[in-house]
Amino acid sequence: MEEQPKIAIPSMVVGDAKRFRPGRGTFEKGGKIYSTRLGLINKQANFINIVPLSGVYDPIPGDTIIGIIEDISQTNWLVNINAPYPAVLHVNEVPWHVELGETSKYLKYADAILAKILLVDETKKIILTMKERGLHKLNGGQIIEIQPIKVPRVIGKKGTMISMIKKYTGCRIIVGQNGRIWIDGNTDGVEKATRAIRKIEAEAHTKGLTIRIEKLLKNRR
Amino acid sequence: MSSSVVPSIKKDFIYKLISEGKRIDGRAFDEYRSIKIETGLIRKAEGSAKVKIGNTQVLVGIKMDVGEPYPDSPDMGVLTTSAELIPLASPDFEAGPPGKEAIELARVVDRGIRESEIIQLDKLCIEPGEKVWIMFIDIHVLDQDGNLFDASLLASLAALYTSTVPAERFELGENFKLPLSKDPPISCTSVKLNNAIVIDPVLDEEEIADARLTVATDKKGDIRAMQKGLSGSFTIEEVKKIIKASIINGKKLREVLNKSIRG
Amino acid sequence: MGMKKPEDVILFKNNKRIDGRKPDELRPIKIEAGVLYRADGSAYVEWGGNKILAAVYGPREALPKHIQDPRKAIVNARYNMAAFSVEDRKRPGPDRRSIEISKVISEALERVILTEQFPRASIDVNIEVLDADAGTRCAGLTAAGVALADAGIPMRDIPVACAAGKVEGKVILDLCKEEDNYGDADMPVAIAPLTDEILLLQMDGHLTYEEFEKALDLAIKGCHIVSELQKKALLKKYERVLEVE
Repeated sequence: MEEQPKIAIPSMVVGDAKRFRPGRGTFEKGGKIYSTRLGLINKQANFINIVPLSGVYDPIPGDTIIGIIEDISQTNWLVNINAPYPAVLHVNEVPWHVELGETSKYLKYADAILAKILLVDETKKIILTMKERGLHKLNGGQIIEIQPIKVPRVIGKKGTMISMIKKYTGCRIIVGQNGRIWIDGNTDGVEKATRAIRKIEAEAHTKGLTIRIEKLLKNRR
Repeated sequence: MSSSVVPSIKKDFIYKLISEGKRIDGRAFDEYRSIKIETGLIRKAEGSAKVKIGNTQVLVGIKMDVGEPYPDSPDMGVLTTSAELIPLASPDFEAGPPGKEAIELARVVDRGIRESEIIQLDKLCIEPGEKVWIMFIDIHVLDQDGNLFDASLLASLAALYTSTVPAERFELGENFKLPLSKDPPISCTSVKLNNAIVIDPVLDEEEIADARLTVATDKKGDIRAMQKGLSGSFTIEEVKKIIKASIINGKKLREVLNKSIRG
Repeated sequence: MGMKKPEDVILFKNNKRIDGRKPDELRPIKIEAGVLYRADGSAYVEWGGNKILAAVYGPREALPKHIQDPRKAIVNARYNMAAFSVEDRKRPGPDRRSIEISKVISEALERVILTEQFPRASIDVNIEVLDADAGTRCAGLTAAGVALADAGIPMRDIPVACAAGKVEGKVILDLCKEEDNYGDADMPVAIAPLTDEILLLQMDGHLTYEEFEKALDLAIKGCHIVSELQKKALLKKYERVLEVE
């Protein structure tokens, strides 16, 4: 039986420093471990971590994300990745051979891309790449945004949740780690998938979620 | 959220929905969102009201002062309407003096109220040519999810109808209810999207709309004010259709308003 | 402070204040977390007759670029009074008073936020006074603390504020309008309640050193009571996410 998680808020004591070590979203002071964030208390090995319940996307190298082109120059694109900072996609990091000054022929303002975070430096300058298999420009469909911290729930354990949504709606779905989700199919399917994802977002931390989502998906409307 | 750029995919999808007769939030084209009106929230104001249309929230407060009339209307009270699109309400609103959007909003609300002559400004004269009541309608947008025009006019009306003139504070006799006539104009806003007309747009729709039309109608169904906005255009048939829909929805909004100010 | 007290106003009599409170009693306070749809985090505070909304946006890219700090996020609080929030209508927009209050609140909040996690970003905190009734900066900072936590901003502590002061020679907690107008001293204090570090301290009027010590002690006690209400509001909102409908 899973233990009911407990909510932490900044400055709350979440553990004893003699028994645990301070993990993500915590700090130690005077033998006690305190939370710095609003989130759920998570004990893993001998660490206490806080799993945030709100907040912006924090880009990590290797994350697959959905970006929106927000500016174009001769040698690169500036991409909104739903983080506090825009990311840079250089012409050398795309799967096409781009002649100087032809950047907008390949990706235009407001286009959507599936890309990977290549690098994040100390001042949070972010570099993207599209040079790996499976990374491409997104065409058609719909893009919705959810809180980035809810992404793991939408995917589910070993991808079970997202597979179920795909199965019942007949949609192609790509989940970006940055909280953007691309859904393609007929409008009924897209609407149903959207409703299911919104429900997961709202009830992400409750028990029996999979069963309730399946019920929603089985429903005709 | 830092996304002020709307992905083309999102726009195309809303267009696709529209072409199938659907909207992004599941409403029919001529269906208004649910409305909630609360009055008398602000103690320091002579009257106040908060209107919620879906997720959009607008708070209006009425303040009154004593001052000089305009030379061309020496026996009439003075009305001033201002709007602030404060950065609290949207990641895209910036601090600073009112911009074009805020000024248009304030002027459209002002016209709706002034031209319909619901405020009996002649009864707000204290001494002709010398002293009259000066009235301020201040529109404070709290949460922006589309259709600020209708929310702002509704909130202004609900605030006016529950206002008291603070005569005692100025040693001018007893406080009295703000003199208003009974039939206010109610506005209804529609936008044109992919050649379809939808009423009461949410922000997602407003952001990609081609043209907007706000129509204020009175109890009889007569037209009392209009404002067309955005860079797209309407056909004559579309304008007629919007006006007819505004008369029908105006009646419904009027009922909600009347209920909120009766108490 | 500073207004001449009318003859018939009695601020303190039989250990009771003009509004019936005891010297160390707060006005009624109500706090709600997460009240706005668009904002990343928000809070609503009713404190006596004060009604205040706070909304947080960010961390987001600080713009224009020249204001960016490569080492940390800038905290940009903006305290604003609605035109209708005061007896005599206030002209919309910032005045010298609101600019100063915005500055001291920004600095107080910056101390507890882990700004080094977000270089080049800004964290924007909008505080709107909708109905004013003495002590708006304390109520506003308190609302901001809740809105920041609601937005998921990492913090060492949830900042909280409360004022103490003096009327007719008596040190009191949380001044009401008359006490603010005709009293002898007003001292708003903001703290990080975990350590009692002082984040904001202002004073006007006249206090002896002994009175100051007493007032500070009282203000900090007040802050701790309000701090519990902040935490309750946050837990109330987020405990709901664990419940099955």
